[in-house]
Amino acid sequence: MAIFLNENSRIIVQGMTGGEGMKHSGRMLASGANIVGGVNARKAGTTASFDSGDQPVFGTVAEAIEKTGANVTVLFVPPPFAKDAAIEAIDSGIELAVIITEGIPVHDSAYFWAHAVATGNKTRIIGPNCPGIISPGKSNAGIIPANITGPGRIGLVSKSGTLTYQMMHELRDLGFSSAIGIGGDPIIGTTHIDALEAFQNDDETDAIVMIGEIGGDAEERAAAYIQANVTKPVVGYVAGFTAPEGKTMGHAGAIVSDGAGTADGKKVALEAAGVRVGKTPSETARLLREAIK
Amino acid sequence: MDLYEYQAKELFAAHGVPVTKGIVVTTVEDATAAATEIGTAVMVKSQVKIGGRGKAGGVKFAKDVASATEHAGNILGLDIKGHITKKLLITEASDIAEEYYVSFLLDRSNRTFLAMATKDGGMEIEQLAEERPEALAKIPVDAIRGVDREKAAEIADAGRFPAEVRDQVIDILVSLWEVFVAEDTTLVEVNPLVKTPEGQVIALDGKVSLDENAEFRHPDHAAFADTDAQNPLEARAKAKGLNYVKLEGQVGIIGNGAGLVMSTLDVVAYAGEKHGNVKPANFLDIGGGASAEVMANGLEIILSDDEVKSVFVNVFGGITACDAVANGIVQALQILGDAATKPLVVRLDGNNVVEGRQILADAAHPLVTLVETMDDAADKAAELANSGV
Repeated sequence: MAIFLNENSRIIVQGMTGGEGMKHSGRMLASGANIVGGVNARKAGTTASFDSGDQPVFGTVAEAIEKTGANVTVLFVPPPFAKDAAIEAIDSGIELAVIITEGIPVHDSAYFWAHAVATGNKTRIIGPNCPGIISPGKSNAGIIPANITGPGRIGLVSKSGTLTYQMMHELRDLGFSSAIGIGGDPIIGTTHIDALEAFQNDDETDAIVMIGEIGGDAEERAAAYIQANVTKPVVGYVAGFTAPEGKTMGHAGAIVSDGAGTADGKKVALEAAGVRVGKTPSETARLLREAIK
Repeated sequence: MDLYEYQAKELFAAHGVPVTKGIVVTTVEDATAAATEIGTAVMVKSQVKIGGRGKAGGVKFAKDVASATEHAGNILGLDIKGHITKKLLITEASDIAEEYYVSFLLDRSNRTFLAMATKDGGMEIEQLAEERPEALAKIPVDAIRGVDREKAAEIADAGRFPAEVRDQVIDILVSLWEVFVAEDTTLVEVNPLVKTPEGQVIALDGKVSLDENAEFRHPDHAAFADTDAQNPLEARAKAKGLNYVKLEGQVGIIGNGAGLVMSTLDVVAYAGEKHGNVKPANFLDIGGGASAEVMANGLEIILSDDEVKSVFVNVFGGITACDAVANGIVQALQILGDAATKPLVVRLDGNNVVEGRQILADAAHPLVTLVETMDDAADKAAELANSGV
């Protein structure tokens, strides 16, 4: 099964013809993802060339879906145009939209999220400012390197891209059902809780690693959700134990303010829910190995 | 980016939120001139980006020019929780009949916006929220619909504003929402919003946080950049497009990806406990690319921090291949030449790691130590920093 993305995923790329879009479409194709086309209104009717062959470029998401049967879109659209591209994806009713773009103004994210909610949440949104999702051996939508590890029975959900890679690397002998980077922005489409729910219901996942970071209360709410709903083993890691208050650490959402959103507070909440929390990525990997013994 | 009160009020005024007349000064002489020009009793207000100015003695009433001069002399240079007062706002003093509170902010948990309002202002809003939560109205605001007069009326009524100021408060809420959206802010707050004895409602203070992701559509916001208050290393890093935060410590940190760098700070701090309590000196995320130029820029910034005794380069090759990163390090050291004086501990893992490690081994730079795991590398970097102190 895996979550959100599998061997039946037919992927289009919004912004395929740009620099990032070309580079990562090529990487996704090389890793075996079933990409069926790109979208760029100004280059409709042309093709984009990759080692594996040419990809058709369509004028709209709706047209791409009609011609290819696509059910997943990945967005590499620059920040000024990301809001409109996301709304176009939502209006097409596509199942999954993975928004990789970093640096989208939060008012724009709030707007397209409100639009998704108002139109019935037909499209699952992952991101923005995320590395995407990979179901090793099945499909790959985003920028997570496919060569870190292969298929397995661990599920991974993380706010951070490189920590996703680091944790996949630590557990590369075990492999993953799916690994999803949900993004570090203040407003994101898919939350820790959404991923936890999907992993709990996925019969190819035995245990879950959850990676958080400072800021907000998503980890605390995930802890409450785990306590009430998740029976599979979950181990956690939170980055930013030593981050000082009031300094934003890279991600727009990663800031401790007025004592809220600290790594210690998140660790306490997770441990109260029965989730063992590592102090470092390597300790977290060790805890996961113990949890599935 | 948080704004100063006077900058927030400039934005308020531009969007029709009533504020008192004010003049920003940096010297006692200019404060005297400003008080003279305003011609009434004035408030002398420290401009620092931290709450609790009044309690710290940073906000004073001056009945005449002589008193304004005296207060300006006392407040300029005043340290308020580590923020040194370099600017004063001299503003017309208002008589206050009632104090209210209104704000708009981002509500991360509910992925939308929130209006907060109460007729019972004049105190720390966190304290009110804790002691009398029923008195503070919290109304979700839909990002698409926004705040029109109807929505503003809902907020004003939920905040139990008196009938005689209701219309003014509705106007102010609509204008304040315009500030919130048009200026791409994540917070606008007025505390207090006051009613004068004459019945006029005005914003006596203002707090605004701008969304840095939206800088591309607000070239005018560049004028708000606080080059004075910024750490000089942070200013230089920003000019080079680097995501750098100065911390108090001895181990310089370079990594790729915000999460991994945050994690690196933690691992170094833990390792430091065994090595004279050395701590990470900075946050620096060089992102996915990690070209030689970016690596050189990053190293140059970190090595010019006098506190730094060792540097830990922690890269996981995901998108970037480790051989490219290794070449970046070697070239960066060539570019820096004699300016590179402190030991570097490098940990590479991921894509093309064997080639990357070989490149560093072949270069055999005397300052570079290659360590296989993140934990061991942090330990080595902390040890070197401690022995170099």
